[in-house]
Amino acid sequence: MIAIKNLKIDLGDFLLQNINLEINSGEYFIILGPTGAGKTVLLEAIAGLYPVLEGEVWIEGREIARLNPEKRGIGIVYQDYSLFPHLSVEENIAFGLKLRKCPKAAIKEKVNDIAEIVGVTHLLERKPQTLSGGEQQKVALARALVTEPEVLLLDEPLSALDPEMKERMQSALKELHHRVGVTVIHVTHDFEEAVALGHQVAVLNEGRIAQVGTPEEILRKPDSEFVAHFALSRNIFSGEAEEGEDGHIVVDIGGIKLAAITELRGEVRLSLRPEDIIISKEPLHSTARNCFQGVVSDIVHRGSVVYVTVTLPPEFICLITRQAFEELELREEVSVWVTFKASALNVF
Amino acid sequence: MTKAHVWRKPDGMSIVFVLLSVIILLFILAPLVKTVGSSSPGTLWSTLLDEEVYSSVLLTVYAAVIATLVGLFLGVPLAYLLARRQFWGKSFLEGLIDVPIVIPHSAAGVALLFVFGSNFLAGEIFHTIGISFFNSVAGVVIAMMFVSIPFLIDSAKEGFKAVDVRLEKVARTLGASPWRSFFQVSLPLAWRSIFSGSVMMWARGASEFGAVLILAYYVPFFGHYARVAPILVADRFASFGLDYARPVTAIVILLSLIVFIALRTIAYRGEKA
Repeated sequence: MIAIKNLKIDLGDFLLQNINLEINSGEYFIILGPTGAGKTVLLEAIAGLYPVLEGEVWIEGREIARLNPEKRGIGIVYQDYSLFPHLSVEENIAFGLKLRKCPKAAIKEKVNDIAEIVGVTHLLERKPQTLSGGEQQKVALARALVTEPEVLLLDEPLSALDPEMKERMQSALKELHHRVGVTVIHVTHDFEEAVALGHQVAVLNEGRIAQVGTPEEILRKPDSEFVAHFALSRNIFSGEAEEGEDGHIVVDIGGIKLAAITELRGEVRLSLRPEDIIISKEPLHSTARNCFQGVVSDIVHRGSVVYVTVTLPPEFICLITRQAFEELELREEVSVWVTFKASALNVF
Repeated sequence: MTKAHVWRKPDGMSIVFVLLSVIILLFILAPLVKTVGSSSPGTLWSTLLDEEVYSSVLLTVYAAVIATLVGLFLGVPLAYLLARRQFWGKSFLEGLIDVPIVIPHSAAGVALLFVFGSNFLAGEIFHTIGISFFNSVAGVVIAMMFVSIPFLIDSAKEGFKAVDVRLEKVARTLGASPWRSFFQVSLPLAWRSIFSGSVMMWARGASEFGAVLILAYYVPFFGHYARVAPILVADRFASFGLDYARPVTAIVILLSLIVFIALRTIAYRGEKA
């Protein structure tokens, strides 16, 4: 178990504070936040490479916040991989083992084992400069993992890769984590990466943790406008929640009343994911209680999907597949119906 | 793949710039070539066998090497701190380091005498362990060191700056102490800059005249008395005239060039590897 308690770090321009996290051993934990939120510095503080003003860092029952980095048992992989350019791949991986004064034969065996696991056996003789981004990444992972750290910190490991390589490394990371079982803390600004990899996600905003939860919770139940935005809930409204005549909750968002499911009353905010909205030419007869007529006001093509804005008012941004888009023969100015379940509305 | 040369009509600016470049290169080369070329190899050889000449050359090389080694030991840590740490007064310090380049070297010699002369604090401290700086090899060394250390510190600083600090951080997380991280990561990666800085420091030290003249004009050196090469050249010219100064001047120029080119080649090879 890794516990971070009331961590406070001075970033120069602002403070990172009230950082409280609990991470189970073996978990793949994501710290998600925009660029400049202090994610890398938070990792460096955990690794002992950046001074901590206040707070504690516990790893498996040891408080390490004041220990030197070499005594912490934490590995780090930076976004730019930071391989030692004067050493071969093999020497890079063996670096930590040599410092531990392992016997030569043991070093050789461990380096070969980890190289096989991450898939860089054929590169051992090469110099880092001659490797591709993905290969360098694997070597950096092997170098960090070979010393068997209790925690592996990954700083934006996928953001320097091209989309195809990114997807491949994403699966590789998942599999590697499965095989090695090390606790991973991975920081990223990419929400989709967080959903694909994380068991738990902490969202960082302006130096504080905005929300912690499973990717599903962050996706479905963001509890602030920032998280809702970041999790790509494109529709965010504010309104007045009250009990309707039939006992159901309705939220008046100015103009229309939305059926929602919530314990909250009075001033509330709502988020609605674009993919949870169904667009049809005729009103839908279904159990979904929200069904409104509007006009298509904007169409944005994104490869296999299409973002369609329907204005009632207010505006709803909807995500549909290209196939659905073509079948519906949507154009701007066309009148359509938008339908979504009361349960699709997240109220906070 | 070789690039095909495409003939381009030279524009006015290129012609003017090339002409000016030729003039400045001739300005550098002509005196060197003329001096070396006007002495026959036989004369050069017999001049080199002159005891006064070879002990002067040896003293110069030896003292400049010692100055550079001391400079490495004391200057590299400072260069590292300047490259890595932010602290109050840093830019003042960086300016201070370059002061020896700016002040007249005879003035530097006098100033050194005020600290390292036997009647003064540092001089007395060293005197108790048997080192005196006035008219001694040690004096030659500190005079050379004072005027040439900026070259080493500045070059080493740039070398350390070019090493990504994250490499050191990764080394620390892999179990390296600050010492190990310095010696196994930062130093090997910055060595080329440190080496070329050392070459510059050595060359600048070996060619020092003013400060050495004041502090250690004529020094006991392995059983003889010797002067550093720049002083020997000046003395021969002042006492006996141009013709007599020429062979020793040619030897000094040749030796300097040979050593300089050799060291540069080593540094360049390191770059290619």
